[in-house]
Amino acid sequence: MSKAVKIRKGLNIGLKGSAELSVVDAPRSDVFAIKPPDFHGLTPKLQVKVGDRVKAGSPVFFDKYNEQILYTAPVSGEITEIVRGAKRRILEIRLKADTTNQFQEFGPRDPKNMTGEDVKVFLMETGAWSFVRQRPIDIVANPANTPKAIVISTFDSSPLAPDYSFILKDQMEAFKAGVEGLSRFTDGKVHLNTSGGKSRELYSSVQGVQKNTFSGPHPAGNVGVQIHHLDPINKGEYVWYVNPQDVAIIGRLFLSGRYDTTKYVAVTGSEVDKPTYVRTNIGAKISSLVDGNVKGGNLRYVSGNPLTGDQVAVDGYLGHYHSQVTVLPEGDRFKFLLTEGWLGAGLKKFSMSRSYFSWLMPNKQYALDTNLNGEPRSFVVSGQYEKVMPMDIYPVHLVKAIITNDIDGMENLGIYEVAPEDFALCEFVCTSKIDVQSTVRSGLDLINEECL
Amino acid sequence: MKFLRNILNKQKEAVEGNEKLKKFWPIFDSLDTFAFTPNHTTKSGSHIRDGIDLKRTMMTVIIALVPCLLFGMWNVGHQFYLAEGTPDVSMMEKFLYGLIEVLPLIVVSYGVGLGVEFIFCIKNGHEIQEGFLVSGMLIPLIMPVDVPLWMVGVATAFAVLIGKEIFGGTGMNVVNIALTARAFLFFAHPTKMSGDKVWIDGHTGATPLGDLATIQKYQAEMSAAADAGNQGLVDQLGTQIAELSEKTPSVMEAFIGTIPGSVGETSALCCLIGAIILLWTGIASWRIMVSFFVGGLSMGLLLNVVGGDTSQFMGLDPITQLMLGGFMFGLVFMATDPVTASQTNSGKWIYGFICGFLAILIRIANPAYPEGVMLAILFGNVMAPMIDHMVISFNIKRRKKRLQIA
Repeated sequence: MSKAVKIRKGLNIGLKGSAELSVVDAPRSDVFAIKPPDFHGLTPKLQVKVGDRVKAGSPVFFDKYNEQILYTAPVSGEITEIVRGAKRRILEIRLKADTTNQFQEFGPRDPKNMTGEDVKVFLMETGAWSFVRQRPIDIVANPANTPKAIVISTFDSSPLAPDYSFILKDQMEAFKAGVEGLSRFTDGKVHLNTSGGKSRELYSSVQGVQKNTFSGPHPAGNVGVQIHHLDPINKGEYVWYVNPQDVAIIGRLFLSGRYDTTKYVAVTGSEVDKPTYVRTNIGAKISSLVDGNVKGGNLRYVSGNPLTGDQVAVDGYLGHYHSQVTVLPEGDRFKFLLTEGWLGAGLKKFSMSRSYFSWLMPNKQYALDTNLNGEPRSFVVSGQYEKVMPMDIYPVHLVKAIITNDIDGMENLGIYEVAPEDFALCEFVCTSKIDVQSTVRSGLDLINEECL
Repeated sequence: MKFLRNILNKQKEAVEGNEKLKKFWPIFDSLDTFAFTPNHTTKSGSHIRDGIDLKRTMMTVIIALVPCLLFGMWNVGHQFYLAEGTPDVSMMEKFLYGLIEVLPLIVVSYGVGLGVEFIFCIKNGHEIQEGFLVSGMLIPLIMPVDVPLWMVGVATAFAVLIGKEIFGGTGMNVVNIALTARAFLFFAHPTKMSGDKVWIDGHTGATPLGDLATIQKYQAEMSAAADAGNQGLVDQLGTQIAELSEKTPSVMEAFIGTIPGSVGETSALCCLIGAIILLWTGIASWRIMVSFFVGGLSMGLLLNVVGGDTSQFMGLDPITQLMLGGFMFGLVFMATDPVTASQTNSGKWIYGFICGFLAILIRIANPAYPEGVMLAILFGNVMAPMIDHMVISFNIKRRKKRLQIA
C-alpha cells in the first residue's frame, strides 16, 4: 500500500544560489559547538566542565526531566567554553576538536535482533535519540510514548534545499540500517515519502516501509503536511519523524557502533560564490563552511533554509538538525518608493501576488534580502495563508486562537497537526508582516504545558 | 535619493529628541515610510519576505479604481450637458466640468478622513495604517455629484469614527467604511440620497432605477384604478409609463455607463476593468465576485418568473438589471473588502451570494430605496463573522469525528 498525494496549495520561491551537485571537504573546523537551544524546550544538565576531554559520543549534558536522554559530543576534543545567556541559560558548549576524531566505542548492533526498548536505550546512551522528534509539539520525542507511525520525508521542498537523494546515494546501507532500527519503535507503519521519479528509485531497496510519493510545490516535503495527508494526528497520538541524513547517522551507529556525525551540508544563497555541498560534522563553525566562498557586503548567515532557519553569526555554529547554510544579503537599508519601494515596478521583488511586475518573469531566480518589505500591520488581507497551507486547517483562525491563548480553540482547529515550519510560507506571504512561526511555537508550548 | 533620505534622517532625530514633537511622531512616521520602505529586517522565522505590503495592496486597488474615476468625471459633464440640451460639446469640456465637480469631493473625503485618522493615531501613539487610502477614494465615487461638501465631510467623519476607530482602527472594522459613509447620508438625508435621483446644478434627473421604481408604482396604481373602473386614471398612468419606459437605457448604455447615477458607479465596463486588475494581481477574491454575480443573476431570474407580467421592473432582463445602479461597483470594490467580507474560502461563496441575491431583492421590493446594493453588502458584512463561524464549525466537527473513529 503506497499513496501518491498531489499537493496543490503552496509556493515555490525561486532563489538564486542553489548548490551544485558536487562535494568538497570543509577545512576541518577547529572548534565545534553543541547548542542546547536547538532542542526546543530542553533543560540541559551539564556533565562536563571546561577542560574536560570528550570523545565523539561522550555525554555532554542530559535532559533534566528525562535523565536517560544523553546529548553527546559530535566530535572528540577538549571542552573550551560554556557560553551562557540571560538567566545563565546555556547557549553553546564549545569544544576544540582533535585533529583525528576519536570515537567512543559502543559496539555494533543488529537492529533485527533488538526490541523497541533496546533500540531506545541504545539511541539514548549514544546521543542519537536527539534525532528522533515527535509531532505534535515538534520537540525531541518522549521515549515514554509509543508512536502510531514513523515518518521519514526523504526530500526537502523548501527554497534552496539540499538534494537528499544526492547526499544519500552512497549511504544507502547505513540508511537501511537506520530505518530498520527506527521501525522497532512502532507497531504501526513506517512511511518513507519521496518526491517520485529518481528519488523513488534510490529507495527501492529499502524494505518494510510504506513508500508514498508527494508532488507539488513547497511545503510538499514538510513532514507535517505529509502526516496530515497520510494519517493525521489526533489528540493523544504521536508520530515520530527523523531527517533523512540523521537516519544515516543512526544507521552508521548500528553498523559500526560509533556516533559518527559526518554530514553533507549544502552551502547556498545568492551571496555564495560557488554554492556546493560541504562534508563536515554536526556543530561545525559556519566560517569553516563558507570562508573564501562568499561575496562582500553586509550578509546574513542562516543555519538551515531561508524560511525556517536560525540566524547565526559567521563565527556561529551549524544547528543540530540543519543540512544547509544560507547566506543572504542583509536588507537593513531604506528603499525609496519609486525605485525599490512600494510604488516601483518591483522587478527584483518576489511576490505571490502579481502586484509587482516581476510576474512577467515567472522563472526568474531572485536574490532576496532580509528586509521586511513593509511594516507590521493589522491583519487585513484574507485568503493569503490559505493559498499556501495544504492542510484542512484554517491557519488564520488557528493563529488567532493562539494569540488569545484559547486552548479549546487551538485543539479544535488542529494545533496537534502543525509545527512552526508548516506556517513558514504563511509568514513569508503575509501582507501585514505578522510573525506567524513564533506565534505558533508559543501556542505549541502552551499546549505542551497544559494538555500533554 | 540620498539627499531626501538625509533630510528625513535629520527630521527623525529632531522629532525623536524633542518631548513636545514626540507626540506627533505618527505623522512624521507616515511621511517617512511613505517615501522610503524602512530598513526593518526580519529577526526570526522566515528570513526573506514577500515583496508586497499593505501600501502596495491599497495602491493596486486605487489603480483599479482609476478607470471608474476618470469615466465618472466625464459622465458627470456628459449628463450635465445633456440636461442643458447641448450634448455636442467636446469630450475634454465634459471631462473638465466633471473634474471641477468631483475634485472637491475627493479633497474633502481624504482631508476629513485622514484628519480623523491622524488625530486618533497621535492620541493612541499608533502608526498610521493605510486602510483609508482606498476608503477615501471610494467615498466620493459612491456619492451623487451634487452632494453638499459638508455632507461628505460629516459622513466621512462619521464613518471613520464610528465605523472604524471605535473598533480599533484599520483591520478591526465590522462594516465597510465607504458604505458606512453612504449609509449615514442615506438615513440622515434620505430626500437627497435614496438613489432615485441625482441632481446636477439644479437639473434634477431621475436615475434609471428611480424611473423603474416609479413605473412599478404606476403599474400598481394602474391595476388598482382598473379594478375601480377609473378609465381616465388608467389612461393617464399608461402615458406616463410609456414616457418613462422610453428613458430606460439599453443594456449597452448601462454597460458603458452613459446614464445618470453616483459619480463612479455607472459604468459596468470600467468596473470590469477594475475587476480584471484586482483579480489578475490577486488582491481581491474571485470567489466573492463570482458568487455575488451569480446571486444577483438568480434573484433577477427569480423575479422574472414571479412578477415578470405585472411589473416592468421585475420583468427587466437580469443582465440589464445587474448593469444598472451600483451593482457592479459594489461587486468589484465593496463586497471584496477583505476586512469586512467572510475570511474563509467557503464562507466567501456564501457571503457573495447572499449580498448579490439581497441587492436585487431590496432594489425591487423596497420602492422607497430603488438601490439595494449598499444595504445588501452592509447586511453581508454583519453576517460575515457568522458565516465564517459556521464554516469553521464544520471543520471542527470533521476533526472531532476523526478522533472518534481513531
